[in-house]
Amino acid sequence: MNAQPIGAVSGDLLYLNGVNKTFDGFKAINNLSLTLAKGEMRAVIGPNGAGKSTMMDIITGKTKPDTGQVVFGASTDLTKMDEPAIAKLGIGRKFQKPTTFENHTVWDNLLLALAGDRSPWFTLRARKQKSEEEKIAELLETIRLTDHRHRRAANLSHGQKQWLEIGMLLAQDPELLLVDEPVAGMTDAETEQTAHLLRDINRTRSVVVVEHDMTFVRALGVKVTVLHEGSVLSEGTLDHVSADPKVIDVYLGR
Amino acid sequence: MSQFFHQPCRWRPAILGLLLAMLAFAPLTPAHAQSAPTSQTAADPYLGLTSRDLDDVVSAVNAISVSGDARARKVLDALGNNELYTWKYPRPDAGLFIHDTDSGAWLNARTGATIAAPPFMQVRRIVASDMVTGAIATAEGVLDLSSPDTATRQKAAEAIFESPAAGTLPIVQHALSHEQNPRVRATLLQAEAADQLALSTTDQTTQLAAVNTIAARGDMAARNELASLSGAPKAVAVAAATAIKHIDFSLKLWSWGETVYYGLSLGSVLLLAAAGLAITFGVMGVINMAHGEMVMIGAYATFVVQQVFRAYAPDLFGASVIVAIPVAFVVAGAIGILIERCLIRFLYGRPLETLLATWGLSLVLQQAVRSGFGAENQNVATPDWMSGFFMVGGLTITLNRLCIIIFAFAVVGGLMAVMRFTPLGLRMRAVTQNRRMAASMGIRTPWIDAMTFGLGSGIAGVAGVALAQIDNVSPNLGQNYIIDSFMVVVFGGVGNLWGTVLAAMTLGIVNKGLEPVAGAVLGKIVVLVLIILFIQRRPRGLFPVKGRAVEA
Amino acid sequence: MTRLSLTLTPVIIIGVAIILAILNLATPATSALHVSDFVVGLAGKYLCYALLALAVDLVWGFAGILTLGHAAFFALGGYCMGMYLTREIGARGVYANANLPDFMIFIGWKQLPWYWHGFAWFPFAMVMVLVVPAILAAVFGFLAFRSRVSGVYLSIITQALTYALLLAFFRNDMGFGGNNGMTDFKDIIGFPLNRSSTTTALMVISAIFTAGAFLFARWLVGSRYGQVLVAVRDAESRTRFLGYRPEYYKLVVWVLSAVIAGIGGALYVPQVGIINPGEFAPANSIEAVIWVAVGGRGTLSGAILGAVLVNFGKTILTGALPGAWLYALGGLFILVTLFLPKGIVGTFARRTGNDAALPTAHEKQGLAAIDGQTADLAEAGADIEDGEKTA
Repeated sequence: MNAQPIGAVSGDLLYLNGVNKTFDGFKAINNLSLTLAKGEMRAVIGPNGAGKSTMMDIITGKTKPDTGQVVFGASTDLTKMDEPAIAKLGIGRKFQKPTTFENHTVWDNLLLALAGDRSPWFTLRARKQKSEEEKIAELLETIRLTDHRHRRAANLSHGQKQWLEIGMLLAQDPELLLVDEPVAGMTDAETEQTAHLLRDINRTRSVVVVEHDMTFVRALGVKVTVLHEGSVLSEGTLDHVSADPKVIDVYLGR
Repeated sequence: MSQFFHQPCRWRPAILGLLLAMLAFAPLTPAHAQSAPTSQTAADPYLGLTSRDLDDVVSAVNAISVSGDARARKVLDALGNNELYTWKYPRPDAGLFIHDTDSGAWLNARTGATIAAPPFMQVRRIVASDMVTGAIATAEGVLDLSSPDTATRQKAAEAIFESPAAGTLPIVQHALSHEQNPRVRATLLQAEAADQLALSTTDQTTQLAAVNTIAARGDMAARNELASLSGAPKAVAVAAATAIKHIDFSLKLWSWGETVYYGLSLGSVLLLAAAGLAITFGVMGVINMAHGEMVMIGAYATFVVQQVFRAYAPDLFGASVIVAIPVAFVVAGAIGILIERCLIRFLYGRPLETLLATWGLSLVLQQAVRSGFGAENQNVATPDWMSGFFMVGGLTITLNRLCIIIFAFAVVGGLMAVMRFTPLGLRMRAVTQNRRMAASMGIRTPWIDAMTFGLGSGIAGVAGVALAQIDNVSPNLGQNYIIDSFMVVVFGGVGNLWGTVLAAMTLGIVNKGLEPVAGAVLGKIVVLVLIILFIQRRPRGLFPVKGRAVEA
Repeated sequence: MTRLSLTLTPVIIIGVAIILAILNLATPATSALHVSDFVVGLAGKYLCYALLALAVDLVWGFAGILTLGHAAFFALGGYCMGMYLTREIGARGVYANANLPDFMIFIGWKQLPWYWHGFAWFPFAMVMVLVVPAILAAVFGFLAFRSRVSGVYLSIITQALTYALLLAFFRNDMGFGGNNGMTDFKDIIGFPLNRSSTTTALMVISAIFTAGAFLFARWLVGSRYGQVLVAVRDAESRTRFLGYRPEYYKLVVWVLSAVIAGIGGALYVPQVGIINPGEFAPANSIEAVIWVAVGGRGTLSGAILGAVLVNFGKTILTGALPGAWLYALGGLFILVTLFLPKGIVGTFARRTGNDAALPTAHEKQGLAAIDGQTADLAEAGADIEDGEKTA
């Protein structure tokens, strides 16, 4: 809704401007512009096919946009980088479907996610370190999986896997977290806990949450961006966008 | 005949001189056109042979060649083979005898009638010295030019063209005055032109015309002719050089054309082998390493059908290949359905396991065929209507290759039609695009899976019918095609039949294009390496199935 | 697999090898306890296969790369050794030429080609045994993994690789003996190959290398590197979004595995006395995969067990019922994939840690769905499986 300034404003963490992406004639992202301030948490909602996941793909380097700018921090051009490089830059991503290392224990999952050297040469020589163990123990507390630390990830419940994945994101120590449908398949209690967890995380990091669950979005209590057909339809508080006739049109049909 | 011109003969100028002298008096007439002997030939042309003077013999040979006598050829042959005898001391009848060394029979050389053996001590063999054999060769060339058989005349004219000599010019021109057959006429005209160029006294206008005539031939022989031109006036040399350039260009075009044709031929073999795989692997995503064995089963089905025809209906053998097509389709298709139901359906979604299990299956099938039919190659015959060749310009088109090309496109065309226009094809596409949706619309997806796999296997079987025509039918037949087939499908883009067609043809043509440069084996290696590199650059092949679903 | 068996495996390998050696050398041929040279030779051969199986298991079991071309590295190692052994023949060949192998004289070559230089020197040849497979693996792997070729596509191009090498080595003008390869070796660093003690020594050396390779592989997969590798196998894009570069992880294990396979080939050649292009045959590579599948993919001791068991069965069957071997091998492929997907060790041993951790069919679907490169294939497959379940 707001007219986007040209060029990143200092204080902005993520800056998308005029991004387009077409898949075989289908315009997944259509002149999308979006700005995220440092320390901000943003909820992104939108109907199926609105381009939410593609937007995440573009930010994390999985998909290259046809045109447009994607800038992280002051001047880092994300369109020129691949996934590992962007991850090292400090952008963590949680998938829609919880994706953990199923054959590893919870502990090992976090260990592999811990920020550090990612080269084979380093991992070949890596040994246990006190600092790592403390960090992992701390994370386990945060995601409430301390009791499950020796279980294989494959044996966790769906909600626990979601948390483990969030824990892995935190272990990466990113500046920005992209979280895709974190409460899908969770019980109400778990949903509430997750909202609490994300608000906690938001104290030190910026977060973008894609979610369908309106209760959850309301619980987050943050600025909401509504995507539709690959571009921003409406932006503001949840109450504001809920009242927007364009949003109502899209959600309820015209 | 051709030896006449190729054999170096130091007597040739002298012989030709004599011959030319003869020609001045003797009209050269094709034997078949002759009605009555003329006054000149009424004299015995064979008389000179009985002389002990070699010059007389040579004159006689020349005279015989233009005599138009029906026995001329036989007598000259006998002379050349040292089988011609005459009286040791001249007698009035000037007897000439042929002693056939094979049968031991004695003939009257003039009439061909069998005679009693003449007294041994009273005859002598007429010795064919170098000079005489040279004369014989020339004479036989002249005889050939007047032969009643068109092919012989054509061959003789061709031979003169290929090694022209100024001396043959009058012979050629004489032959031209009688020749009716347009093709032979054309060749004679070219031979005349070549002779004219060889003759140093020819004027420049004629030479230029001759260069043009030869250039119009446009083949390698014409090019050699023009390239061997020496000592010609500048204008002629320039014209020849230009003509050579033109010929080189058109020859190159033809050789490209030939490469493309061979490439299409190889490509259609690849296409046939890969077409079934384009369904099972491309559409269903099943890695069927036993695909080659389906081809092999099709080939064996052809063999069995031919055996049945040989035993019960040898007259209809030509139809055996046609009958084999549906038989191979049904047999391979049924085995395919069986494989899908018993093995592959348990492995959906586990491509690597499917690969291993079907590889094991391929070993079992090979061994089963080996146990049943033996390890040796089986004889699959090519029906008569598929043998032979014809020419298109500079291209030799063999019928069996052409049949396979046509057949390959027919099979793929049929396959496309099945996929696009039949209810089965509609269901197959529905199931591959959205299985759950298809299932909820009442399509029995397991049945469609089996049918799709059966279709792919059946097509592989049909390919076996064609490949049996050009490859050894043995239990190992399929192994030779499996890697190539996968390469074709992956190269073309999985799930895209058009891509498969284009990939097969591209690989075929590139392979054949590389062969002259790199040799057959190295060419194939280069192609394999190129494909490996290509897949690494574009893992989805030439024509990837695009769309958000795939990308996401 | 228990910790115990992890430690036991190398002990068993070397122990059995030493017992066989003693029974071969220290007992008279008439003794009931005597082990013939033939059996010792067989054991040595099996151990070389075990090295190849370990190599295959490292990349397939722990990195999820189904290689159908690993016999190529085995054969390359073998050819390096074969070149040394050929040079070692010296003037004892048919043509009695100390500078040129018989087959080169036969095809009319006058000079040793440049790439043969140095192979007369044993240490150089042994370095080449390691370097040549490593270089091929590095180049191929770099290209393949960088462009994210994976799954079945990768399998098919590994098969094409070995097929191309097969065709290449069949050519006489490659200078490796063409169709016939190299044979009629006389001795190795001075020890005659036809002597019983040499056979036994080679077998024991093979056992030492197999045990060593086992320990090395165990260290590798037990390291944090190994953990990342399994993570790459199970959820490649997850590792990428964590900042790892899966291509380098795969490349490292791929090259190491090629080197192990090369060592196996190098030990194999003096024991069987011949190396020819047949070793490159695609079928050989696939057979090596089934050894691993039988023993237990993702278990190192399983790979060794599988190689020995399957080849033992092959020796017995081809002797007793020659026609039955292909049925048995084919049937093994089918039955193991259908009914014993975890292999012998994976099924019967208790599992600890990551060593035996194999993705189940269900888990694999999950990773197939997020693995971009195989998406179109895997999706079709996953959909099918889903459909089966809903139906």
